[in-house]
Amino acid sequence: MSDGASLAIETHGLTKRFGQHDAVKGVDLAVPHGAVFGFLGPNGSGKTTTIRLLLGLANPTSGEAVVLGGAMPRESATVLPRVGALVEGPGFYPYLSGSDNLHRLDTADRYATGASRKRRVAAALDRVGLSAASAKKVKAYSLGMKQRLGIANALLTPRELLVLDEPTNGLDPQGTREVRSLVRELAAEGTTVFVSSHLLAEIEQICTHAAIMSAGALVAQGTLDELRGSGRGAVILKTPDAALADSVLSRLGLTVQSTPVASGAMAELTADLIGATTEASDIVAALVEAGVRVNGFTVEQTSLEDRFVDLTGAGFNVEQ
Amino acid sequence: MLSSEPMTVPTVSGQPLGDEVDVRARPAAGWALLRSEISVLFRRKRTWAMLVALAAVPILIALAVRLTESNPRSNGGSGPAFLDEITHNGLFVAALGLTVCIPLFLPLTVGVVAGDTIAGEASAGTLRYLLIAPAGRLRLLVVKYIGAAVFSLAATLTVAAAGALIGAALFPIGPVTLLSGNTIGVGESLVRSLLIASFITISLLGLSAIGLFFSTLTDVPVGAMAATIVVSVVSQVLDNLPQLDWLHPWLFSNYWLSFGDLLRDPISWTSFGENALLQGAYFIIFGALAFGRFSTKDVLS
Ligand SMILES: Nc1ncnc2c1ncn2[C@@H]1O[C@H](COP(=O)(O)OP(=O)(O)OP(=O)(O)O)[C@@H](O)[C@H]1O
Ligand SMILES: [Mg+2]
Repeated sequence: MSDGASLAIETHGLTKRFGQHDAVKGVDLAVPHGAVFGFLGPNGSGKTTTIRLLLGLANPTSGEAVVLGGAMPRESATVLPRVGALVEGPGFYPYLSGSDNLHRLDTADRYATGASRKRRVAAALDRVGLSAASAKKVKAYSLGMKQRLGIANALLTPRELLVLDEPTNGLDPQGTREVRSLVRELAAEGTTVFVSSHLLAEIEQICTHAAIMSAGALVAQGTLDELRGSGRGAVILKTPDAALADSVLSRLGLTVQSTPVASGAMAELTADLIGATTEASDIVAALVEAGVRVNGFTVEQTSLEDRFVDLTGAGFNVEQ
Repeated sequence: MLSSEPMTVPTVSGQPLGDEVDVRARPAAGWALLRSEISVLFRRKRTWAMLVALAAVPILIALAVRLTESNPRSNGGSGPAFLDEITHNGLFVAALGLTVCIPLFLPLTVGVVAGDTIAGEASAGTLRYLLIAPAGRLRLLVVKYIGAAVFSLAATLTVAAAGALIGAALFPIGPVTLLSGNTIGVGESLVRSLLIASFITISLLGLSAIGLFFSTLTDVPVGAMAATIVVSVVSQVLDNLPQLDWLHPWLFSNYWLSFGDLLRDPISWTSFGENALLQGAYFIIFGALAFGRFSTKDVLS
């Protein structure tokens, strides 16, 4: 907890076991204050379980979670009033209207003042575009309307941290876009946003940081650039001096695939950068120094999606 | 979905003032959640359906007695004592209604409400949102228990009030002869009816605590409701087995029909006190069990 002051969420070896199966194993999250933090992972990889642990809904089997400087679940009473959350979809009383549901949940927060309750509920409903449906019973809401109401619930009081578990689930394209701009807006106000999703494009659009879960373990985390960068893709080199280039690249510790061509003709060599420590610029310098004539040199960046598939496997089946 | 007026939402950066969540500030005592619990309870159609059903019991009895009374009597007064009494004095209908409801109908409805307390929130998905609000687990249990107790009171009063009203409508009203032979006036007899209603409400507090505990064990409200109702039936069956004499004083249903003491002059408070003590013990034991279970429970619903 050395830099607990600058981290909104910090976990150490967070583990949750269900029976014989580790749903979350040894997760060390570090979410900086003010970040929009994407929490990625395939179905069943442990995102929702981690969020439950962060919010004190479940007790870790081992490890610890510190949220806004307070250990969870021990300090829930002082941490949670500053946290707004949507966990595993919305949950409401079907026989109450949208605004009555928000009233009800707001009374549970002892720090939320009763005097401003009405106004705050109306404002939260307005913010998610539900003002017109606020008097309607929730059982008459569509999936997306319930999801919006769930987001409104997270916004009832000003929050330092928002934890949103798949907030765009069930939303129409307009709703999805509005959630994106809502997250940006909140982030601009200084709120830290922790958002889980398996929609990579969405994460790429709104997040400053991300972490990737796979089968309960955290396999990568950092800023988006770091994540893409640590995947770094490959360099593609066009040169007539194929043999010389090959030896230079091999000396740098890179694995080279070349398309065999007749000597004198242009060769194309591809060197995988994944796992390599060499910077692309150093490669060019080494090639030039060795007298390799370079006709083309391209660094192919991995997309977050490539990185995601790299780390979590391309298989479609849910891993356990 | 975005508001065109950016200032409608209180923001962290300070607009409008007085809305910040300042956890150093003293939190409110939390009565708002209790008020909300009770108002939500009484806004459910199910609650009203149960109260209407309970009110129907004394009304149906009174109507049945009234209709048969107008026929020439064939069975020379062999019916239960109360049934005969009410034809002479409508004020007895309230006590009769409560006597009929206490073995089954009241435990049934209280079992539904008490069994639903936590499990119902879990199955609706609202439990996790109450807890992250944060309601506080102990506070939520206390609020839920008070809600169930308020329902018990409402249920008993409903039976008593429906009985008194239908009694007054169908039968003559007059001074009531007590079990001890004395006679009391109409006002005093209403007070006695309220005493009986409070005796029965207290009698249901132990069962409510059992229901609350069962409700923390499952995410399926029907399961907790059924278990609570079964327990109330089993307790009464055991209470009727003379072989289990030694056990009877410990059964929460032991005093359910002992409110006759309140119909004497002077009132004998012995069973009232013993009943309150017994229900208190059940409340402490099952309240502690409920808290023990719920305070560390993983909420995965
Ligand atoms: N209540 C539970 N009991 C037992 N196992 C559970 C429970 N909840 C979750 N799990 C298991 O924990 C693992 C992680 O589940 P979790 O819900 O955290 O996944 P997720 O990443 O949120 O998936 P999704 O993208 O589908 O929402 C899964 O293997 C799941 O089977
Ligand atoms: Mg999930």
